Amino acid sequence: MDNPLLNASRDYIKATEVCATTCHGQIRKRFIIKSMDKKSSFAKLEKTSNLQTMSETSIFDIAGPIMVGPSSSHTAGACKIGQFARALFHGTPKKATFYLHGSFGEVYKGHATDLALLAGIMKFKTSDSRLKEAFEIAKKKKIQYEFIKKDLGKDYHPNTVRIVLENRDRKMSMIGSSVGGGMIEILKIDNFPVHLHGRAGKYLSLIICHKKNADVLPKIKEQLKKINIEVVNTQQVSYKDKTLSVIALGHTRITLAQVQDIEKNTEGIDFMRSLSKLEKQ
Amino acid sequence: MMEYKFTNSEEILRLCKKHNLPISEVAKRFEAERAHKSIASVRNQMKKVRDAMYDAVRKGVKTEEKSKMGMVGGDAKKIYAALKNVKNMMGNKVTLRAMAYATAVGEQNACMNRIVAFPTAGGAGVVPGVLFSASESFKAGKRKLLRGMFCASTIGLIIAENATLSAAKGGCQAEVGAAAGMAAAGLTEMRGGTPEQCFHAAAIALKSYIGLACDPLGGLVEVPCIKRNAIGCMNAIGASDMVMAGVKSFIPLDEVIEAMRDAAELMSPKLRETALGGLAMTKTGIMIKKKLGLKIK
Repeated sequence: MDNPLLNASRDYIKATEVCATTCHGQIRKRFIIKSMDKKSSFAKLEKTSNLQTMSETSIFDIAGPIMVGPSSSHTAGACKIGQFARALFHGTPKKATFYLHGSFGEVYKGHATDLALLAGIMKFKTSDSRLKEAFEIAKKKKIQYEFIKKDLGKDYHPNTVRIVLENRDRKMSMIGSSVGGGMIEILKIDNFPVHLHGRAGKYLSLIICHKKNADVLPKIKEQLKKINIEVVNTQQVSYKDKTLSVIALGHTRITLAQVQDIEKNTEGIDFMRSLSKLEKQ
Repeated sequence: MMEYKFTNSEEILRLCKKHNLPISEVAKRFEAERAHKSIASVRNQMKKVRDAMYDAVRKGVKTEEKSKMGMVGGDAKKIYAALKNVKNMMGNKVTLRAMAYATAVGEQNACMNRIVAFPTAGGAGVVPGVLFSASESFKAGKRKLLRGMFCASTIGLIIAENATLSAAKGGCQAEVGAAAGMAAAGLTEMRGGTPEQCFHAAAIALKSYIGLACDPLGGLVEVPCIKRNAIGCMNAIGASDMVMAGVKSFIPLDEVIEAMRDAAELMSPKLRETALGGLAMTKTGIMIKKKLGLKIK
């Protein structure tokens, strides 16, 4: 089920050590992935996520989530992917384009995946009963939307969507999969292959984009330490001359003001986003 | 090290005996310890879940709203209306009401309204159906209801841990089956059963579902899911009644859950939420598929 940020991404799994950490940040299981073959090493990665211990599954994972039907993977999961995209984009988009892959493309109308994705883009919770009226509300908010059936490649889970958000001066794309039971994975942010596990519950994440080789992480960690926020795990992915760093935080919450402070005080950062707001949704 | 940590029913039983607590209390303390919260805040969180479930039930028994495909809607109201004529029915008030509530939740889910996925969206009707209906016929029903919900979640947790709660992996046994097991245990605790009895009830209910296919028409959580939820209530109430009458499950719960995992591995993918086998491929099922514009393989 839910797992912390597992190391690295599909394309970046080489002979690396993958650590799954527990809630308290101790290393519980270590796997050496010897195979260079992407697929088999990915299968092993998924195995590690099944190895989660009882202490990571909550009673309220069973008695919940409170959600709008009809399907946890096609509706609730889709809404959550939308929320992630919105949190990453940081601001109201003018235009949203959804490329629906696999089963998402086949059955999105019957399962209301389209409504749910759009609702997520507008920051609706998965339990928001206005989800039904997402189209009307989007029109009121003047957000243009479009749904396109597209094959993104056979490496992706059948329930996958590529979301492109735009406003006047910015554009961002993201690929996310809904892997069942309302749990999601984010696999690509712009051109960076990542592997974020969503239910976004237990680990709050900070996402930072900066220049490659810029030494910003130690600076950020130092600032986090000052405000008593524990860092559980970090992962870094580079594409061309940019690097995307993801920091998983411990149980302490970080406020938006704190995030903005750090963003201001650290040089060489393109953007910094906190996904902590998604915690309870 | 966590004191209230468990991975199977045996360990829960040990905790119950060691601290002289019912399953629901162990669950509460486990959650409080796990999430570093107070027991009161865990209780409050469960109350929120209860209120959301209650809203869905109340709305569902009043409405005649049809789902988008028109396959379901309005049945909960019919069953609820039959309560007035309970003399002409074979079941009693509790069973009829449970079926009405379960159907209500299923219909609300299909009509895109808010529900609690307890444990999943597909099997979301059974637990509220059984527990709400029973609580209305008990004294201090509201408090007992919370105990039942905590107990049911515990069973769900060990099923999730040792087998699966996803129909895509385990078929309907993992959704309605698991929900029936959970509801049976929860109901037994509400009636004052011992922890052992709760596990026997869960085992008996779950045993009837080993290997049940997930074969929804057109892949939508409508037919046969909603009626299976209603029948799941009968199953859970029956299992609980048997246990309270002194019957025990010959196979312990942990072994039943193991069997469930085993059956899940043996099941063809066609019977696991893909709408490629079972009821989904009947004449009616194919008609729905065509209507939805799905491929028929």
